[in-house]
Amino acid sequence: MINVKILGSGCANCKTTFQLIDEITRSKGVEVELEKVEDMGEIMSYGVMSTPGVMVGDKLVHSGGIPTRSAIESWF
Amino acid sequence: MFIELGDLVAYGVLGLDSSSRLGQSVQFFIMDVSKIFFLLVVVIYVMGLLRAMISAERVREYVRGKPKWLARSLAILLGAVTPFCSCSSVPLFIGFVEAGIPLGVTFSFLIASPMINEVAAVILISVLGWELAALYVMSGLMVAYVGGVVMEKFKPEQYVEDYVWKIRMGEMQMIEQDNSLRGRHLFAMGEVTVIVKRIWKWVIAGIGLGALFHGYVPETWVIENLGGPDNWFAVPGAVIVGIPLYSNATGVIPLAEAMLGKGVAVGTTLALMMSIAALSLPEMLILRKVIRWPALAIYASVLAISFILVGWSFNFIVV
Repeated sequence: MINVKILGSGCANCKTTFQLIDEITRSKGVEVELEKVEDMGEIMSYGVMSTPGVMVGDKLVHSGGIPTRSAIESWF
Repeated sequence: MFIELGDLVAYGVLGLDSSSRLGQSVQFFIMDVSKIFFLLVVVIYVMGLLRAMISAERVREYVRGKPKWLARSLAILLGAVTPFCSCSSVPLFIGFVEAGIPLGVTFSFLIASPMINEVAAVILISVLGWELAALYVMSGLMVAYVGGVVMEKFKPEQYVEDYVWKIRMGEMQMIEQDNSLRGRHLFAMGEVTVIVKRIWKWVIAGIGLGALFHGYVPETWVIENLGGPDNWFAVPGAVIVGIPLYSNATGVIPLAEAMLGKGVAVGTTLALMMSIAALSLPEMLILRKVIRWPALAIYASVLAISFILVGWSFNFIVV
């Protein structure tokens, strides 16, 4: 089970990112635990300033804007 | 090329009369939609290909610990070339504060960023010509510099929400980039989709307003009411009208194009553009999460006064 965190203050882009990752991991059959992080203090503790950001495990793979489909696929 | 397309669709395909108001509006709309969206896609794609977009995290690293004048100049230049989404204003503000960057410098960045960006600059040059583009960009940079300095005099630190000071930022992590040609192409395509999706509504609205202005507002009315350069009330009026209105910097350009075409003075037009792009209610509400109302009120007043001064100076200089 891979832990995936979506870092963002709850803006529209963050929700889209969440849905996109959910959809792609489901269709690939990857088991992930998706988690929304909306607390600003926690988001920034990962060194992220541009939201939405994405962490796979404890590694930051994306920040600022909605990730592309091909980028998401390359993470899993 | 775009003028011909506008002519072709409005007068040829739709069969509108080229001297009618509707015909002129439709022609303007088609011409500007095709021209501006074409330019948008090309400019964003090229920028993406060069990976010329600088992230907020990098800006923070460049600016921190520099002497104030240099920090401010860097913050403004970087603000001008980073098209950041206003939903990032809060983490950005906190990140700057946490890095010990003076608040006045942060304000300079926040002013420059929505007002100027490289995409808008290229479109400005091709729609309004390089002289006006240079005027807009230079006065925007100046307002950002002076605006930040003035903000500092009001000691905005006292209005920052307490929790902001307590946040500690973690180590910045580098994201691996795929720098092969294919990787760059995918990144650039991604940028085009994301940015066009974010701003197309503003651009269409701006072109629509511009088209109505172009077709339906008679020149004599403009000269009597919005006035030439010697109408002193036109500039403050334009700024006040612009505050509740919001559009992306690119979206204001077609409106400015139509206004200039009807003889509205340059300074009045610039003041309206700046007020629409840089001062907006949604942005204020987002910033309210990190600073209290008094600081926001000062911020809005400082900007409004600067825009009025810019407008008056240009109406005075450019006749």
